[in-house]
Amino acid sequence: MGARQENGTPRKLASVTEEEIANVTDNEVRKYLRGEGANLEVWTIVVTSWDTLDESPENFMYLQVIQDKKLKGQLAFREELYGKSAKAAAKAEKWLMPTEGGYLDAEGIEKTWRIKQDTIAREVDISSSKKQYDIVLPDFGPYTLDFTSSGRYMAAAGHKGHLAIIDLQNLGVIKELQDEMMLIGVTGIVVNENVEFRGRGTLMYVREAVRDVVFLHNELFFAAAQNKYLYIYNRDGTELHCLKEHGAVLKLQFLKNHFLLASINNFGQLHYQDVTTGEMVNSYRTGLGRSDVLQVNPFNGVIASGHSGGTVNMWKPTSAAPLVKMLCHHGPVTGLAFHPNGHLMATAGMDKKIKLWDLRKFQVLQTLPGHAKTLDFSQKGLLATATGSFIQVLGDFSGSQKYSRYMGHSMAKGYQIQKVSFRPYEDVLGIGHSMGWSSILIPGAGEPNFDSWVANPFETSKQRREKEVRSLLDKLPAEAIMLDPSKIGTVRSARKKEKPTKQEREAEIEAAVAAAKSVLLKKKTKGRNKPSKLVKKRQQGIERAKRPLLEQQMEEELSKKKKRKMSEDNQLPKSLQRFARKTATA
Amino acid sequence: MKVKVISRSTDEFTRERSQDLQRVFHNFDPNLRTQEKAVEYVRALNAAKLEKIFARPFIGAMDGHRDSVSCMAKNPNHLKGIFSGSMDGDIRLWDIASRRTVCEFTGHKGAVRGLTASTDGRILVSCGSDCTVRLWSVPIATAMESDGTSDSSNKPLAVHVSKNALWAADHQWDGDLFATAGAQVDIWDHNRSQPVKSFEWGSDTVISVRFNPGEPNILATSASDRSITMYDLRMDSPARKLIMRTRTNSISWNPMEPMNFTAANEDCNCYSYDARKLDEAKCVHKDHVSAVLDIDYSPTGREFVTGSYDRTVRIFQYNGGHSREIYHTKRMQRVFCVKFSCDASYVISGSDDTNLRLWKAKASEQLGVILPRERKKHEYMEAVKNRYKHLPEVKRISRHRHLPRPVYKASALRRIMAAAERRKEDRRRAHSTPGSMPKESVRKRRIIKEVE
Repeated sequence: MGARQENGTPRKLASVTEEEIANVTDNEVRKYLRGEGANLEVWTIVVTSWDTLDESPENFMYLQVIQDKKLKGQLAFREELYGKSAKAAAKAEKWLMPTEGGYLDAEGIEKTWRIKQDTIAREVDISSSKKQYDIVLPDFGPYTLDFTSSGRYMAAAGHKGHLAIIDLQNLGVIKELQDEMMLIGVTGIVVNENVEFRGRGTLMYVREAVRDVVFLHNELFFAAAQNKYLYIYNRDGTELHCLKEHGAVLKLQFLKNHFLLASINNFGQLHYQDVTTGEMVNSYRTGLGRSDVLQVNPFNGVIASGHSGGTVNMWKPTSAAPLVKMLCHHGPVTGLAFHPNGHLMATAGMDKKIKLWDLRKFQVLQTLPGHAKTLDFSQKGLLATATGSFIQVLGDFSGSQKYSRYMGHSMAKGYQIQKVSFRPYEDVLGIGHSMGWSSILIPGAGEPNFDSWVANPFETSKQRREKEVRSLLDKLPAEAIMLDPSKIGTVRSARKKEKPTKQEREAEIEAAVAAAKSVLLKKKTKGRNKPSKLVKKRQQGIERAKRPLLEQQMEEELSKKKKRKMSEDNQLPKSLQRFARKTATA
Repeated sequence: MKVKVISRSTDEFTRERSQDLQRVFHNFDPNLRTQEKAVEYVRALNAAKLEKIFARPFIGAMDGHRDSVSCMAKNPNHLKGIFSGSMDGDIRLWDIASRRTVCEFTGHKGAVRGLTASTDGRILVSCGSDCTVRLWSVPIATAMESDGTSDSSNKPLAVHVSKNALWAADHQWDGDLFATAGAQVDIWDHNRSQPVKSFEWGSDTVISVRFNPGEPNILATSASDRSITMYDLRMDSPARKLIMRTRTNSISWNPMEPMNFTAANEDCNCYSYDARKLDEAKCVHKDHVSAVLDIDYSPTGREFVTGSYDRTVRIFQYNGGHSREIYHTKRMQRVFCVKFSCDASYVISGSDDTNLRLWKAKASEQLGVILPRERKKHEYMEAVKNRYKHLPEVKRISRHRHLPRPVYKASALRRIMAAAERRKEDRRRAHSTPGSMPKESVRKRRIIKEVE
C-alpha cells in the first residue's frame, strides 16, 4: 500500500554526486517557504470605466504595485534570502536527518488493515516490540492519557482516582506514594512478558474521581481535573495548587506557547488561567451546556469545544463571543481532533458520522460513517478513531486529503476505550480504556526526527531547566491567539467605511435638532420680538440643522438605487440591454 | 509485508562521555514550531527592550586640558592614541585604553586650531592662531605603553611661520604633503619650511580642510563666505566652488565611497554631496537643533558622528535623514570636535568643558570578548528586531531617546517653525499663478550656486 513515507526510501550515499545533493525540487522547498512571497513585478489592471463590455485599452489603467525603487530592492533582497533559507532547510531535510520514518507495506493480496499487532511485533526489533503492552488496572478505569510534547513522559488518570506519571523511555513508574498503590502495583499490572516496570515514575491515588489530566510545560507539573476542583501537582505527587475557580472541570487543555491552562466545567464554562502568574485571564460561559469535548488547535492556539447541539465553537481568550460557530453534526459532538498543520479538523458525532473539515474554508472535505468516542491526529497526519473496544487508524495516502483505512486494532471484548493519543516522535498509539491502558504500534505515525530546540526526548535535567527559562522568555501574550497567526506583522487591509445605522442616523438628527432648539435667540426691539416670530425663527433653525443630514441620507439612497439598477442592467442579455432605461429613476 | 517503526537507541542520541558536548538535532519542519511569527515578534520586542536596558554608551571622560578642547586628531597607525589640542595652546596625546595623557606637546602661544598626524603616525602637525605650524615627533607605541603615566614634554621638530592665523590642518592619506587653512590654503611638505603651494579664492577665511581618502591630490575646504571649495593639487587654481546659504563648519569624506562627502552646516543640518555633482545634496541629515561644529566618518563609511553647539553628539547613517543615536550628559558643554575611533567601535568628543569624552558607537554593544554562541544570539536578536522594526510597539521602544529639556523644546519649536513656513509657502503657491512658484526640494534649497 501507499503507507510508505517519502523520506523512508533507502539512501545510497556512496553514489550521490554533489550535483544531486544541491538539487532540491520546488515541491520540497515549498513547505519551508511558508506561503507565497511578495510578487514585485506584478502590474495590476484597474478598470477605469464601468462599461465592462467595452474592452478597448483606454478603459484600463495599468499601475505598478511597488514604485519605490529602494523598497523594491530591499524586498527583492529579502525574498531572495527567504528562498535561500528555504532551500537550505529542504536540503537539510533531504540529506541530514538521522532517522528514517516508519512504514508498513502490504505485499500481494495483503491489506494493511488486516495486519495484526502480533504480526508487527514479530517483525520489528525488540526495543520496538517492547512498546506494545497492555496494563490491566481494572479497579480504577476508565483511563485517560496525556503525553509531554517530547513524548517521553505519559500521564495516566483513572477515573476512580488513580494518577500515574510514567517515564516511557525506561518504562518506570516514577514514584509510589501510598500503600494502596503498592497493592495495585503488585496485583494490577499484567503486561506483555517483555516489559517490566522499573526505575522512576509516579503513581498516586486520590480518593475521588479524576476526569482529565494534562501536563503543563514540562513533565515536572501536571494538572488533574478531580471531582470538585482542579489541582496542580508536581512530579512527586505533591499538591501545589487547588484551583477552585474552575469548578468541576470535565476537560483540560494546556497551551504551551502561552502558558495558559484552559478548562471546561460541568456548567459549560470555559476558563483560561495563566500558570506563570496565576492570573485568571478570562472565563466565558459557552451557554451550550455541559461539554467534555475540548481540543486546542496546535497551529494557532485557538480552542475548539464540541457541544451537545452538534456545534463546534472556537474560542480565544480575548473575546467572549466565539470566533467560529460551526454546525458539524445533527446530534451531540463526541470527539474532536486537529491535524498538526492546523488546516484540518476531524469531528465525530452521535449521528454516526466522522467528518473532516478544511479549516481554511470551513467546509467538509470528507464524511465517513461510524461512531467515534475519541479521535486523535498523529504528527504525520494519521487519524485514530476509537469506539467501544475497536480502534481504526485512517491515513491520507493519495495526497488529496481523502482519508482511507490504514490499520485497525481490537481490544479484548468489553474494554471500553476512553481516549486514544499518539505518542509524539514515536510510532506508538496510547490507549486509555476501562481496564487500564495499552500501547500499540502504528508504523508511520510519528515524526522520525526531533528538534533539540523544540522537544527533545533525550533531554537532560540541565537542558530542561534551560528550556524552561527560554520558553518563559518567549511566552506569548494571550492576544497572540488568532485564527490566522501568520497575520502578525502584516499590513491590515483598509477597513470598509461603515455606513451609520438607522438608529445612529436618527440620533444624529435628534442631536442636531436639540442643538438648534437650545440656541438662545437675541432679544429684538419692540414689535419685532413677537412670540410667533420667535417660534417661526426657531423652527427655521431646526430645519436648517436637519437639512444637510436628510440630504445626505437621500443621496445615499439614490446611489443605492442606481447601483441596483446597474446590476440589473448587467444581468440582461446583451441584445436586450439597449432597451433598458439609461437614467436612474429619481 | 514490510514494516519498520521508529526506534532510537539512546547511545545514538546522547553524549558518550560527560565531557562531551550534548548532541543537537535539527528539524526545520514548520509544523513543529507553531506560531513562529508570534514567537519571533515577542523575541523582537524583548530584544528591543533589552537593547534599551543595556544602552550605556558613556565610558568615561579624559580630563587634563586647562581650556576648552578645540581640535582632535586620530593616529592612523596606533589604535589607542588620540591627539587633542586646546584653546590655551596645549596639545596632548591620550591613551584611550587607560584614558590618561601619555605626553604633552607645549609650544603654541595661542589656541591650537588644526591638528593632524602623518599616515605612518610618526609626525604630528599642529597649527593655530599664533600663525605657526609646528611639527612634532610622536613617541613610538612601545614607549607609550612602558611609561604610560609619564608626562614627558617634547620639543617641536620644526616651526614654520605663516603670515596669518591658521584655522585647520589636514594630512594627505597617502603621501608627504599636508594642508593648512587660514586666509589661504597652503600645501606643505615635511622637509620644507615654506609652503609648496598656495591657493586663494575669495578673500574670506578658510575654516576647514580635508584631503580625499581615495585620491591624494584632491582636497575640500569650507570657508566663512559660506562656500565649499574643491582643490586639485595638480592644478594651479581651485577647481570648483559651491556656495550655500549658511556656513559649513567642517567637512568629512566618506572613506568607503571617496567621491562622497558630508558637510556640517551652521543651519543645524548636515548635507551629503557627491563631489562630482554639486548642484544637489544626496541626503540632508537633520536632527541637531544648533550649529553642527564637527563631523567625522566611521572607517566603515556606513555612519558618521557629529558634534554640535547644542551640547549633543549624534550618530547618523550615511544615507539616513535622521540620527540613529544621540549622546549627551549633564556636564558636557558645546561640542567642538568629534572623532570616530579607527576600529569604528568608539566615538570621542571634545567639548567646551575641557574634557574629552569616550562613547561606545553602539550604545548597547557588549564590550570585551564575546563567545561564538553569544555572538550568534546577538545576531539573531538583531535580525528579528530588524524584521519587526516597523511594528508600532517595537518601533516605539527602539526609537525612544531621552533628550535634555532644552534640546527637546528646541526641536519641537523647530518643527513648528518648519511647519509654519511650509504652510505659508503652500498658501502663497495656491494664490499665485500656477507654475510661478515651483516646489524646491530640501536638497537643493540651501544651495545658492555652483562656481567652476
